[in-house]
Amino acid sequence: MALLEVKDLDVRFAVRGGDLTALRGISFSLDKGERLGLVGESGAGKSVAAFSILNLIAQPGYIAGGQILFEGKDLAAMSERELRRIRGNRIAMIFQDPMMTLNPVLTIGTQMVEAILAHRKISKKEARAIALDRLQKVQIPSPEKRLDQYPHELSGGMRQRVIIAIALLLDPEIIIADEPTTALDVTIQAEIMDLLLNLCEQENVALMLITHDLGVVSQVTQRMLVMYSGRIIEQGPTREIINDAQHPYTQGLINALPQMGEPGERLFQIPGSMPSLKNVPSGCPFHPRCNFATEQCKQAMPEYVRSGNVNVACYEVANLIEQEKRMQEAES
Amino acid sequence: MTSPLVSIRGLEKRFDLSGSLLEQITFEGGRFRRKQEAVHAINGVDLEVQKGEALCVVGESGCGKSTVARTVMGLLSPSAGEIHYDGQRIDNLERKDSLPYRRKMQMIFQNPYASLNPRMTIQQTLEEPIRFHHPDWSPVQVRDKIHEVMHSVGIDQDWGNRFGHEFSGGQRQRIAIARALAVDPEFIVADEPISALDVSIQAQVLNLLMDAQESRGLTYLFITHDLAVVEHFGTRVAVMYLGRVCELADTKTLFSAPRHPYTQALLSAIPKLEDDRPNHIRLKGEVPTPVNLPSGCVFHGRCPYANERCRQEVPQLITTDGGTQVACHAVEEGRL
Repeated sequence: MALLEVKDLDVRFAVRGGDLTALRGISFSLDKGERLGLVGESGAGKSVAAFSILNLIAQPGYIAGGQILFEGKDLAAMSERELRRIRGNRIAMIFQDPMMTLNPVLTIGTQMVEAILAHRKISKKEARAIALDRLQKVQIPSPEKRLDQYPHELSGGMRQRVIIAIALLLDPEIIIADEPTTALDVTIQAEIMDLLLNLCEQENVALMLITHDLGVVSQVTQRMLVMYSGRIIEQGPTREIINDAQHPYTQGLINALPQMGEPGERLFQIPGSMPSLKNVPSGCPFHPRCNFATEQCKQAMPEYVRSGNVNVACYEVANLIEQEKRMQEAES
Repeated sequence: MTSPLVSIRGLEKRFDLSGSLLEQITFEGGRFRRKQEAVHAINGVDLEVQKGEALCVVGESGCGKSTVARTVMGLLSPSAGEIHYDGQRIDNLERKDSLPYRRKMQMIFQNPYASLNPRMTIQQTLEEPIRFHHPDWSPVQVRDKIHEVMHSVGIDQDWGNRFGHEFSGGQRQRIAIARALAVDPEFIVADEPISALDVSIQAQVLNLLMDAQESRGLTYLFITHDLAVVEHFGTRVAVMYLGRVCELADTKTLFSAPRHPYTQALLSAIPKLEDDRPNHIRLKGEVPTPVNLPSGCVFHGRCPYANERCRQEVPQLITTDGGTQVACHAVEEGRL
């Protein structure tokens, strides 16, 4: 059984003039110790997906349907009290901006000890020892000193290390990291990603990495999901998708990267931009920007088809697979 | 070699941190002392931008790349050094004399949400620079010009009466580019023009900038932290670290044979699609603060090849056999 299984998740935002559907029929699973990437552009719903797993979406957002099974128990149906026992304890989260996550008026040590004591009945001294151990694990220079420092005394990269240390405090099964390195410089980003990857491997923690950076996803994760306008349009092994993307949107996203183009030549570009939630196109939400769009694409959302180990929601891909099958049958 | 369009000579920029005279005075050991502190944003930068090229300046936050851009544009006045445009020194001009240069040099900013006036319609935004620089133009001429630039950046003429907030980030950046192009500039400083945009939109805007360069013969000074963009877009690249240029080379040379240890680390840190695992050169520590600059080479604290000389003596840019200009004692001595 998968460690985390999300089934047909719908998340809506109740706003004036009706509900906006932020996530529609999201299904995926995460195994123990697995690293899963969630990719998409702003507005695709990747952060909403991450937040809804711990039922952290704020009003007016709500989970309108579906299940989030963690070790067989449905997080979507749990009471706030039960959820609090899981948040930070079994499933930890890392956010984009470390300055927003750390409390500026408490020392690092106080914040770490507080988090431990909220879940464990141990003495402050023992809690401090755990905090120190985690700071050592994230390779912060002079960790004892850091416990008594305030967040503003640390640099951006150091703060993100502290955040990772806090996520590791209670030996969680899953870490959900929402754009953990977006606010950092490339050399620091590389180190933080390295650290996160090594720690997850050492401690056998499952990682769900939300990012818009395909390079990071391809280096860190084993499987990936590509989201567009609140739907998962492609999911499967990261290597397979990066090397041979099936969905026209994923293909476009990869080909639009400057590193894919010939220097000095025009880059491949996807026309238009992501639709707003207020007017999601009918059928496949990508059809107005898609080169392969047909009448069928405007009518109904395509079902998932399997190509290799990848699941894709696209009529064009489905037709291609169908054709191939027929050719094979004709040959035999 | 032809004379450069823009040349930056011995540029320095300090931002004073110590406040007014009274705030500077401290009482120490029985005496009053005056203490001054400054952020050393740029410490002696020499760059030349050739006509028709795209010179990219790369570096991490705090390396002074945006300050270079702003100083070149005259938005900040240099603490020392000179800026020349087409042979004429422009950093010390009177307001009136600088006007023609303000038309020829335009800037595109990082954040299109902040760089468009929220109370102006798109029409007004595009009209303002034209009316300012060409007060003698007739309304018809102005209108035609606006339509021309709107067309060339791919925005609809019907958008004229709408406001900036009605558009997405990519569309706003197009409007910002249209505004820069409206006065027919020769030289454009683009400060991280695509960093705030999504991947698929980045490609659109980058293509637009390249088309504009081709059709209008523009020269770019392109500031960015994204090396993949530089490799695609730049003619030459200057790598900056703590307010100094540490390496300057043709894009192809820099990416195929980086010489400076910092450039090497920077290049190896880009997450690539082909790699399965990160495999980058690790640097010790983090960028020191530009308030107290390290002695000698500014990079010596993080450099794996640093020796005593690097701690003492500031390296100067030297030209290597490959044509790369690099400021590094290790390269000069043949240790690297």
